[in-house]
Amino acid sequence: MSVWVDKFDVFAGGFWLTFQICVLAATGALILGAVVAVLRISPVPPLRAVGTAYVTIFRNMPLTVVMFFSAFALPALGSNADFLRIPVLDLVFTRLSTDLPYFRFALIALTLYTAAFVCEALRSGVNAVSPGQAEAARSLGLTFTQNLRYVVLPQSWKASIVPLGSVIIAMIKNSALIGFFGVVGDLSATADQLTGAEGYAFIPVAIGISIGYLIMTVPLGALLDRIERRQAVAAR
Amino acid sequence: MTQQTVLYDVPGPRQRRLTLIISILATILVAAGAYFLIYQPLDEKGQLSMELWGPLIDPSNENFTLVWQRIWVGIENTLIAAGLAIVTSLVIGTLLAVLRLQLKSIAGNRYAGFSSPVAYLLRGLGTGLAVLTRVCVEVFRGLPVVITIFFVARGFPEFGITLDTLWYLVIGLTVYNGVVIAEILRSGMEGLPSGQREAAVAIGLSPLQTTGLILLPQAFRIMLPALISQLVVVLKDTSLGFIISYEETLNIGKQIIGVLSNPIQVYFVIAVLFILVNYSLSKLAQYVQKRLARGRKTANLPAQNPPPAALVSQAEGAGGP
Repeated sequence: MSVWVDKFDVFAGGFWLTFQICVLAATGALILGAVVAVLRISPVPPLRAVGTAYVTIFRNMPLTVVMFFSAFALPALGSNADFLRIPVLDLVFTRLSTDLPYFRFALIALTLYTAAFVCEALRSGVNAVSPGQAEAARSLGLTFTQNLRYVVLPQSWKASIVPLGSVIIAMIKNSALIGFFGVVGDLSATADQLTGAEGYAFIPVAIGISIGYLIMTVPLGALLDRIERRQAVAAR
Repeated sequence: MTQQTVLYDVPGPRQRRLTLIISILATILVAAGAYFLIYQPLDEKGQLSMELWGPLIDPSNENFTLVWQRIWVGIENTLIAAGLAIVTSLVIGTLLAVLRLQLKSIAGNRYAGFSSPVAYLLRGLGTGLAVLTRVCVEVFRGLPVVITIFFVARGFPEFGITLDTLWYLVIGLTVYNGVVIAEILRSGMEGLPSGQREAAVAIGLSPLQTTGLILLPQAFRIMLPALISQLVVVLKDTSLGFIISYEETLNIGKQIIGVLSNPIQVYFVIAVLFILVNYSLSKLAQYVQKRLARGRKTANLPAQNPPPAALVSQAEGAGGP
């Protein structure tokens, strides 16, 4: 059990790094997913095809493959994902004063993969709005944009918040994969390092790492349950 | 396609012309983007040469048969792991769901026929088990599958249990997916109209018979699409076998890359394989859902309380990598 006291900073550091990448990837995925969702409901067929292709590809591919692509194919093309060096973000990337590109690769992979699910969550929300609403808006003479802005989106937002939340939870869990792709010091890499190279007893480390993930996933899940139950009551 | 007709009117001639123009512009834009962002970088780095693609797509290449033999081994291993994992998770999930439902139904039981210490003991046991299963479900649902697999592979040998890597992978996947399936089935059973259960009790079925003969079959039926989607998740998750060096498709791919050093090409082929299989599985799920919806209309069996969206959407592919 001494590992908890001795290595508390390692656990905390791992948690902090995982948390950072989750926040960044969630932001990126929400933006990209919203763009793809707009493509998928747009009236222009080629754009719709692009959106559908994106979702089909990334939903049916394991995240592991996406990770491999971004961690090995990007360098093969001579890119170190330098386009992600946006001034403020860069502060996060250069922590530990090492400049390994793996954090950026992992971020790209997580964002691309999660965006497909975010798109589906948003779209399912739009689909959940009863057709009568949009029809009524149209018969009032609202344009496509007005229709979305004032009638459909405010309602679809409510229907998609719970699916969106579970996508984010899934993303937090998926982020455990980055430790096996060269990102040093996140929670899963910490587990590997402590039980492997440093030879600590397995059970305490496992419990510590599990707590690190459960702190993020369980409260979020409970919150979603609550929101969903309240919505169910409101809908009655 | 329904939301397309809902969000905007059927286009008139002017709107159709406008759409056509925008479509053409968009197509040109997308094609240009694909050329400059994907084709050109690939071409510049010589990634489109036959030297790199040959072993994968050219049957006359010396390595072709060998490479595909290896990939086939990987596919077989992936399917074995996925098949075993889905069967064990279904079994465990069903048992866990039934257990949790039974525990819930005896929660208020006061065991009036027994002497009071025995009654208290039984009540304590029931509550304890209910809490324990609840905690297990919450914990294993909240842990990443990667971590579960890793813990199994690292932890079992510490207690003197050494197994084939296949079994580590299967156990790791089962722990997570079993719990998810249990939750899917349980919410399916609790969402059934209460008349089903009351009628079963009224004709004298025991609680276990009620669950086994009345509730479970219906829950399976309603939740079939979600269960098939979970199959997609399991199939995708087997690719995590590479962290414990189980020889599944991706690991084989890594070995091939080690020899031929063509990462982009090999990963492309593997990605296409995964997408093909998973896409057809999700199409199957959609088809089943449509069939069920139609069947339900005629059988007059309303799914009164649809399962919680959080659970289903988590099951529908977002659950794991």
